[in-house]
Amino acid sequence: MTEQTLTRADLAEAVCNKIGLSRQESADLIEQVLEEICEALIEEESVKISSFGSLTVRAKAERVGRNPKTGVEAAISPRKVLSFKASQLLKDKINGADAG
Amino acid sequence: MTRSELIQRIADDNPHLLLRDVETLVATIFDEITQALSSGNRVELRGFGAFSVKMREARVARNPRTGEAVDVEEKRVPLFKAGKQLRHRLNPDLGDKD
Repeated sequence: MTEQTLTRADLAEAVCNKIGLSRQESADLIEQVLEEICEALIEEESVKISSFGSLTVRAKAERVGRNPKTGVEAAISPRKVLSFKASQLLKDKINGADAG
Repeated sequence: MTRSELIQRIADDNPHLLLRDVETLVATIFDEITQALSSGNRVELRGFGAFSVKMREARVARNPRTGEAVDVEEKRVPLFKAGKQLRHRLNPDLGDKD
């Protein structure tokens, strides 16, 4: 099995086939969906997609890290990171279960 | 924001579309991602992030309440890594250091 990568173009193709919109409009709509998700996350709003999973923003405090190459200690500034939690359905599907 | 709120926001911005079509749009996106991951493929959405699947080897775990050893089978877990652009939008003050 060769590993492939799903991209925006594949999503546009799927939307185009399913809804019968032009490829261009399908691509625009996918962009709008991704942008709505990004904007919600930037507002620190969690995004919960039922039967898929949820994305939440977590604030990380400042901590001391180490440059793995040189071993020099350096402060890592506080930042926001995203964490993804897959739904049970997604986990089951990835493991080949025919749930749902 | 839930799936239905996401659908509503897209529908509000696109009054020329039927609500049913917006529902299909959102469902198609997440179904395609799910299918790709189930086939062991990666999903790469530049500026947003990438989904991938990682193998976790079988291990012996312990029931934390009883201390009993439990065999956990090998399994695949989905991962998400935020894209560079989204990371920068979440942390506008950090500049390029991340």
